[in-house]
Amino acid sequence: MVAKAKKTKRDLPEALAKLADEVIAAANKGRTPSLDIPVRSLANVRFNEQKRYIEMGNDKQEREFFNVNMAKKFMQTMCVAAACRQLEDEGKTTSIRDLFYMIKHRIDGSSENTVDDQSESDAVIEDLEVTAQFIREELNLFAENKGALAGEITLVDSGDTIDGRAVGSGGWAIPSIVEQDVIQFKKCSAQFVLLIEKGAVWHRLNQDKFWRKHKCIILHGGGQPPRGVRRLCYRFVNELKLPLYVYVDNDPWGYYIYSVLKQGSINLAFESQRMAVPSARFIGLSSFDPEKYGLDKKATAIGLEEGDIRRAKEILAYPWFQSKEWQKEIHNMLANGAKFELEALTNKSISFVTEEYLPRKIKEKDWLD
Amino acid sequence: MPSRKAAPPVVASKIAPEAATRRKPEVKRVTAQEMAAKQRDISVAEFFQKNRHLLGFDNPRKALLTTVKEAVDNSLDACEEAGILPDIKVKIEVARSGDGTMPASPAQAERFIVSVEDNGPGIVKKNIGKVFAKLLYGSKFHRLRMSRGQQGIGISAAGMYGQLTTGKPTKVTSKIEKEGVAHVFEVSIDTKKNEPVEHETSTDKWDREHGTKVTIELEGRYQKGKGSVDEYLELTSIANPHAAFKYVGPEGPPKEYPRGVDYLPAAPREIKPHPYGIELGMLLKMLQDTKSHWLSGFLSSEFVRVSPKVADEICKAAKISPRARPRDVMGKDAEVLYKTLQTTKLMSPPTDCISPIGEKAILAGLYKEIDGDFYTAVTRPPAVYRGNPFVIEAGIAFGNKGFLPKEGEEAPAAAAESELPLENGDEKNGSKRPATLAELRKAARIKEKLAKEEERGPELARLIRFANRVPLVYQQTACATYKAATEVGWRKYGLTQSRGSLPQGSLCLFVHMGSVWVPFTSESKEAIADYDEIRKEIRLALQECGRRLGIHLNKIAKAKYEMSRRDKFALYIKEVAEACGKLKHKYGAVNVEKLKKQLQAVAEKVTGGEDTEAELNRKENAPSDLENTIIVTEKGIEGAVPEGLLPAKTAESAPAEAPAAVEPEKKEVKGKSKTKAKGKGESKPPAKAAQAAVPDDIPIYSGGKQVAGKKVKGKAGAAIQPQARKGGKGKSKQKELF
Ligand SMILES: Nc1ncnc2c1ncn2[C@@H]1O[C@H](COP(=O)(O)OP(=O)(O)OP(=O)(O)O)[C@@H](O)[C@H]1O
Ligand SMILES: [Mg+2]
Repeated sequence: MVAKAKKTKRDLPEALAKLADEVIAAANKGRTPSLDIPVRSLANVRFNEQKRYIEMGNDKQEREFFNVNMAKKFMQTMCVAAACRQLEDEGKTTSIRDLFYMIKHRIDGSSENTVDDQSESDAVIEDLEVTAQFIREELNLFAENKGALAGEITLVDSGDTIDGRAVGSGGWAIPSIVEQDVIQFKKCSAQFVLLIEKGAVWHRLNQDKFWRKHKCIILHGGGQPPRGVRRLCYRFVNELKLPLYVYVDNDPWGYYIYSVLKQGSINLAFESQRMAVPSARFIGLSSFDPEKYGLDKKATAIGLEEGDIRRAKEILAYPWFQSKEWQKEIHNMLANGAKFELEALTNKSISFVTEEYLPRKIKEKDWLD
Repeated sequence: MPSRKAAPPVVASKIAPEAATRRKPEVKRVTAQEMAAKQRDISVAEFFQKNRHLLGFDNPRKALLTTVKEAVDNSLDACEEAGILPDIKVKIEVARSGDGTMPASPAQAERFIVSVEDNGPGIVKKNIGKVFAKLLYGSKFHRLRMSRGQQGIGISAAGMYGQLTTGKPTKVTSKIEKEGVAHVFEVSIDTKKNEPVEHETSTDKWDREHGTKVTIELEGRYQKGKGSVDEYLELTSIANPHAAFKYVGPEGPPKEYPRGVDYLPAAPREIKPHPYGIELGMLLKMLQDTKSHWLSGFLSSEFVRVSPKVADEICKAAKISPRARPRDVMGKDAEVLYKTLQTTKLMSPPTDCISPIGEKAILAGLYKEIDGDFYTAVTRPPAVYRGNPFVIEAGIAFGNKGFLPKEGEEAPAAAAESELPLENGDEKNGSKRPATLAELRKAARIKEKLAKEEERGPELARLIRFANRVPLVYQQTACATYKAATEVGWRKYGLTQSRGSLPQGSLCLFVHMGSVWVPFTSESKEAIADYDEIRKEIRLALQECGRRLGIHLNKIAKAKYEMSRRDKFALYIKEVAEACGKLKHKYGAVNVEKLKKQLQAVAEKVTGGEDTEAELNRKENAPSDLENTIIVTEKGIEGAVPEGLLPAKTAESAPAEAPAAVEPEKKEVKGKSKTKAKGKGESKPPAKAAQAAVPDDIPIYSGGKQVAGKKVKGKAGAAIQPQARKGGKGKSKQKELF
């Protein structure tokens, strides 16, 4: 657990106490306690055309205590809430893994544990976030951190000054909480931000000091970018007014990563407003790139699998992928019947990405919105 | 066999000379004169020797049982006819063997002295000899009425078997009401003439007002388990809960089978035969014996459902004059008459001549002798097969906990024996010979096979069968009751059953057929013949019992499910309440303990409330909506327990602090001793002895809170009940007043 810098604005204990109030009120009236938990599924999200991000709907699900299918989850929700309250009282934050261990114990008079697997407490945390309307960072929780940054920026991380141009080959590890009270931006000479899907490609770019030549910040999130990375991107765009380019594999998963960054995720739709970057641009890999950049298709194409095709069709239907360009992009991938990894570009020459591909893309504004 | 006679000499010469002589038998022609020289009376002794299997004396073990059975059946018949609640004592003692030595143990004994004593009306002095020492002498043959005995053979046959195997006469003591003394006789049978020989008579002051005691010494074998005397008495006491038995066996403490109901079954009415129910031979005999002068008069007076008008119609159809003398109707005419009787449309016979045991009494019988959690009984409306009215009754005793005795702990031995020739006696000449090696091997094989089946197979329901209140213990699978029981789809009622067999589980199925004429598959009266009408009635009765059991099991299953939910909620309540405590800390604190209790109350409410516990534990006054059903749980007994049935030893031994004033309606109650807990056959001390040893029972009626005239369930009783039931001590159920 790490010491917490500052109290959140809204009163967390008061909000959490409301959960207990429901239980107490129900007990007094002799009815089954139940919590209204917003539904976290595609059915309960809506694409806000104006704001251009995913918003959560109003569907709620009753989680009843005295229902065999829900009793355990109900109990877990209360336990997680109590643990968060304890963190708050003690002024600590902890990882969601630690929280799992905080609440895990044998239930008196049984051979059953409160929780057996972290996935159970993780799901309950998400429920609690949407129910109490506090994001997990405000609940004093953070996910394991993941992702690195390098480039034309100087920032302060918990009081330590970090010069993005002097972070070595590994870069600066992006913490999971990047709020103002932890991270402050000091100086920035970058012109844009490049978010790369994969650590390996990021390394290639960092090695070539791509950020120096092109005056940018490069970061990666090790696959699906964690909340810290997403939130940092959001701050770069909104506070430093930098454009954000997303550079991912040419496959449905890559599209999805881009989409989460841009519009927010279905699971945590309620957080879109403080995470989504509707202006993010999809710079590559496009399904048209192999042709355009003369890649050796035979050597680099990977056949689409059934799951890919299904996923691609799902994405085709998302309201936020309805632009003509996007439909063309995805249809083209399906027509190709192939996907391409970022590494495919390396097949041309080792520094093809840094010296030719990306500069040309940016210059030609060859991206999707 | 033409080859024998037609064998050509050529062939004969080719085979060995002895074989040849064997193959050429002397074909002896017998003349009528020669035959006449051989024609003579067959002595009853000879007849008996040849037919003892028909009479139930085919092996020593069965002989012992049959002897007890014949005497007990007679006692019950006599008491019932005289309107007396039977009190019967049965005693079996080991006797010296033929060589004068005393056997080391009852299991090794070869001779026994059986005595059966009743409180019946007694037998008049001049008839005693004939009753006990003349075959085919009795009071029940010449009438059509529901009774155990019929032929007038039973007890004399037992006496003769004793006489033939040990040479000892039958001892009889009999006393008639208001005669100051009892007559003591020693009678034996003149086996040539089938006439009694009275050896000795004396008189005795007997402490009984009236009654009969018969003592027979016989060759037998004592063995427990299936087909034993113990089992027979247990079963008899189930089907005859109005009778009380005391049994002193050759080993172990005496047993008591107390009375379950204190009223006699309604006396069955005698009826005339129905034309559909008679055979041609019977018709011929009736035509000869009748006092009627005209055929039409004969028909309408000797049969039920034949009015004078119908009688005339029958005569017309048979083309015989209604004025014909019955004695003259013979041969072809008689046959035509018989056929006409069978084909004329007639009303079914009246059925009110049948006296069923009754649902309440069956419940009482099952409840007092079999440990279980659920009992139910069904008496079907009377029905008719082939002109004979009959009634089927069925019952179930079911134990959740599986404490019914397993059938067969001793069954392998019993079964093996029944398939074996007598081990120590040859049927033909009564001489002793040891079993041959091959026979012993065969027995061992059978035993092993049965033991294996025992090990593997699941516990099957025990089927107990009765005909006119007499238990049937042999030939189960040949019996209509068995066929019907296996035909019922028990799975519907929540039991396991493999195709074509009895259901599984700790279950006892009771089936009784009462009729003026029970059709048996053979003379040995061991299995009820399979008539469609009978089988259907049995099935319907069992189905109704099964349906009730199903309802009960369903309720239990539902209650168990609700209870498991409740338990689960209860586990989480502490977690949730404590989380609430933490969440409300400094934000309007909460009383965690109170919250837990409140949540617990809600959890109980949503899981069926008190009904759930009631179903599982039979909480106070939980209603039972099943008709004629008793449900027993640790907390008490529910249901249609007949008044006066449930004797509480506790009441008997209740101390002074349970004043009569508290329960003015408290009845005289009797102790009961269940002998059916696992490991049956183990004799338990009689209830009375047990009572003295179990003073814990006393508090049931202390406190004086019970209200007279209402169903009373003492709290203290609830606590004691399970111990008493499980402990295998003299068990008793607490008295309940309805
Ligand atoms: N204990 C008894 N008390 C009074 N009467 C008896 C008693 N035992 C026998 N009897 C009389 O003696 C008769 C003969 O008895 P027995 O057992 O030989 O024949 P049954 O009972 O008539 O027919 P079954 O051969 O079917 O037993 C009976 O019919 C009955 O009248
Ligand atoms: Mg008899």
